Amino acid sequence: MIRLQHVSKMYETGNRAVRDISLDIKDGEFVFISGKSGSGKSTLFKLITRELLPTEGSIEVNGSDLLTMRRRDIPRYRRTLGVIFQDFRLLNDRNVFENIAFAQRVIGASPREIRENVPKMLQLTGLSSKYKYLPKQLSGGEQQRVAIARALVNSPSVILADEPTGNLDEANSREIMGLLEDINKRGTTVIVITHSREIIQQMKKRVIMMDKGHIISDQQPEARDPEQGIRPMPVRDGGERQEHRSRRSRGREA
Amino acid sequence: MKLNTFFYCTKQGLKNIGRNILFSMASIATVAACIFLFCLFFAIISNVQHIVTEAETTVGITVFFNEDAGEAEKKAIYEAIEAQGGIKEIRYTSAEEAWESFKDEYFGDKSEELAEAFADDNPLASSDNYEIFLNDIENQQSMVEYIRTLPGVREVNYANALVSALKGINRVIYILSAVIITVLFAVSIFLISNTISVAAAFRKRENEIMKLIGATNFMIRAPFVVEGVMIGFFGALIPLTAMYFIYRRATTFLLTQVLAAGTTVSVSNLFQLIPIREIFPQMVIVGLILGVGMGFVVSFFTIRKHLKV
Ligand SMILES: Nc1ncnc2c1ncn2[C@@H]1O[C@H](COP(=O)(O)OP(=O)(O)OP(=O)(O)O)[C@@H](O)[C@H]1O
Ligand SMILES: [Mg+2]
Repeated sequence: MIRLQHVSKMYETGNRAVRDISLDIKDGEFVFISGKSGSGKSTLFKLITRELLPTEGSIEVNGSDLLTMRRRDIPRYRRTLGVIFQDFRLLNDRNVFENIAFAQRVIGASPREIRENVPKMLQLTGLSSKYKYLPKQLSGGEQQRVAIARALVNSPSVILADEPTGNLDEANSREIMGLLEDINKRGTTVIVITHSREIIQQMKKRVIMMDKGHIISDQQPEARDPEQGIRPMPVRDGGERQEHRSRRSRGREA
Repeated sequence: MKLNTFFYCTKQGLKNIGRNILFSMASIATVAACIFLFCLFFAIISNVQHIVTEAETTVGITVFFNEDAGEAEKKAIYEAIEAQGGIKEIRYTSAEEAWESFKDEYFGDKSEELAEAFADDNPLASSDNYEIFLNDIENQQSMVEYIRTLPGVREVNYANALVSALKGINRVIYILSAVIITVLFAVSIFLISNTISVAAAFRKRENEIMKLIGATNFMIRAPFVVEGVMIGFFGALIPLTAMYFIYRRATTFLLTQVLAAGTTVSVSNLFQLIPIREIFPQMVIVGLILGVGMGFVVSFFTIRKHLKV
């Protein structure tokens, strides 16, 4: 369970990237977060991974409060997450195998576990033949798949993916999304940030739309009109203020 | 901590050294120089101290009495000296004993024949004396002055010139070495710290990623501490090995020189170095603690400064 209550984030520059967001994501859910560039999606993502602390509000993940979490408990918390960063964050001086194994080393896996798990991930992401390549010898899409493999290798309970298909062609994107869906079916919570309307339409999952740091809509798939694609709808779980705001934005649209 | 993590961190630490080998070498060399000089001074000071102790136990204050001094007066002197405290031993040497040892020392094997000449007339008739050994040679001067004031004392001899000269030398060496070693220590600390900083800058991105995917601070810092400890370890190992051979050479060299000069056995005893099997284990312990300890502490604090969350 991930619960954000009235969360705001203002950067040191004074830029308010996230404004008063309230949000519940249940265990085992598959959620898309979408919205214009600069709308605050990555900031939200970083708040959940505790790379950033909110300026206001509270964030709770699986029963632990990220604000009051002790510093030495942060590593343990992060190990329950599988994160795919928008900019991959691969280690440029290590090959594909080592990059994936790296996540395993962080949790203290034995060489034998690493020899077992990493090839599985390589196969899953279609990188088996390139395990010896360095990141710079890979295409953008291949690098992205390494990032995905690294996020999955520790079997996390939550997967957070920031634009996991940003560099992939349609066929590859579909494959990756299928992969995430499979993992989700096995009980893992999956949160995916994406720009792609196509993916969102195909997948028929919950979609959270952001704009200027606000959530402007939060829709379950059945609430969506299949002909028209995404249309802002009142927030389900949010507080009064949010509902008010989304009503306003609907009003503006009309 | 898991064993796997330990192995991983150790491997990464060794990799760090390899990655900026020049800096690591410079650090190792400085630490080595530092520890080498430390061992050298340690050896010199220990040996001079050794000689001083040797001299102090063999050289005491000798008190001669007035020719008319009787047993009672001698006893009073004894008690007065003993009352001063700080006495290790007071030894009475009778005139006969003094003569015997004199004969041995100066006439050697021919003592009997040569001594014949003096026959029953002991030339050292009134040379019975007290030989006084103090716990602390520092008090010798004042003790001598005190004894001179006692009635019935004819003469007070003491041979502390050598000892105080040696002590003076030792003090100079001590101060000199303290200064040099302090400077070298500072340079070593600076260099190790720099090496670790460079390694940390090199791994900045990796450390950030590690942190984001859940590595503990321990795991992020450990490779750098391993690097520091390794620098310290090799920085100690090199001078200790060198010192072993140098000291062994010096021991035999000095012994042959002393024997060649034809000095008496007692003097050659005085100028023998402390045996290597006695002094070297101490050097190894101190050297390793210094090197490894310095590497550990410096890298630990440097990396802590760099990797503040
Ligand atoms: N470190 C930062 N310091 C200051 N401002 C920042 C920082 N990171 C992001 N911002 C600002 O916060 C706002 C939201 O950024 P964010 O990265 O969350 O957007 P996004 O929705 O992920 O966009 P994109 O789709 O392009 O990735 C932007 O206006 C951005 O300029
Ligand atoms: Mg972003």
